Amino acid sequence: MADPMKIRAQIKGDVCDIRVLMSHPMETGQRKDADGKTIPAHFIQTLTVALNGKTVVSGQTAAAVSRNPVFGFKVRGAKPGDKVTVSWTDNRGAKRSDETTVA
Amino acid sequence: MRTLHAIGACGAVAALSLTSGAFAQADSIDHAKADAEFAKFRAEMEASNPAELNEMKGEGLWNAKRGPKNASLAETCDLGLGIGKVEGAYVASPRYYPDADKVMDMERRIVWCMVEKQGFKFEDIARKPFQGPNDANAPEITDLVTFVAGQSRNMKFAVPMKEPKVKEAWAIGKEIASFRAGPFDFSCNTCHGTDGKRIRMQNLPNLARPEGAIRGVLGWPGYRMTGGVMLTSQWRMNDCFRQQRFPEPKYVSDTITYLLTYMTGTANGQLYKGPGIKR
Repeated sequence: MADPMKIRAQIKGDVCDIRVLMSHPMETGQRKDADGKTIPAHFIQTLTVALNGKTVVSGQTAAAVSRNPVFGFKVRGAKPGDKVTVSWTDNRGAKRSDETTVA
Repeated sequence: MRTLHAIGACGAVAALSLTSGAFAQADSIDHAKADAEFAKFRAEMEASNPAELNEMKGEGLWNAKRGPKNASLAETCDLGLGIGKVEGAYVASPRYYPDADKVMDMERRIVWCMVEKQGFKFEDIARKPFQGPNDANAPEITDLVTFVAGQSRNMKFAVPMKEPKVKEAWAIGKEIASFRAGPFDFSCNTCHGTDGKRIRMQNLPNLARPEGAIRGVLGWPGYRMTGGVMLTSQWRMNDCFRQQRFPEPKYVSDTITYLLTYMTGTANGQLYKGPGIKR
């Protein structure tokens, strides 16, 4: 089971600023370990952000994204108390979904 | 051949003078301005520091019943302000702990609690105390230190310098900082004992002064973007020894506690901003 994300969603002016910290090794598949063996690729592939259950961001990421990545989004039309849900799946089929409320 | 040699020598002289010219120019760089630019970058990164993930994990570990004694640190460990109290504990360390009869820095104290209260073996913790470049996760002790450090965010350093044992540790740390040895005859103070020194583009803080000492302790524990690893000040101090070509001290040794007491004590009264983010 993957470690939880840390999500912050704050209203700034007329947009909601969403910041997500994800805990993930994001292995590229290009690196080798101490024994010279290739470390298998392991990275987040799909990413969705939903506001009150409605998808507002849907995207794909690849191996070029850093370990423990940070994502920032700006969403219009969110109100304090709205529920923000962020989900990802990685190339090994692992999933994680966390939520927070807009402050 | 003779002429060629002469020309060669001439060229070398010309090249030398050019190089020193370039150095002179580099010295005239506005360091304050360069620092300000770097600070802007830091502020941007601090807004979303992956160290917060370690803080979250550390909090879970702090509250969980673990180890052979099935005890939680929250119910058994006194970081100096009372059992289980973590707010403000980081900025008030290193300090003297009567139960251990030792001055300890925060990482050392947590290790002590894990051994004494939870029943973990010191050797098991010390076998791999720091996150390596190929490790996806930081060791538990790093998460714990990061959590505790995060509970002192935006508080002022308040190392109890009136306590005689802490004062003594500070004085020994000061001595160690000026101890020259190793193949290069380096001491900490070779680089960090006077104002205005730098290595390449890195300005070096003078640890003897409060405004220099704070730069040595601020931002630790820190998330290093190179490799994406979370590292503590124990690691950082060990790395100083490595860079001096000294043998690296054993994990949570007296030496490191003394040096951290010297640096943190000197930085007393200044603001700690919580776990940091590094290049």
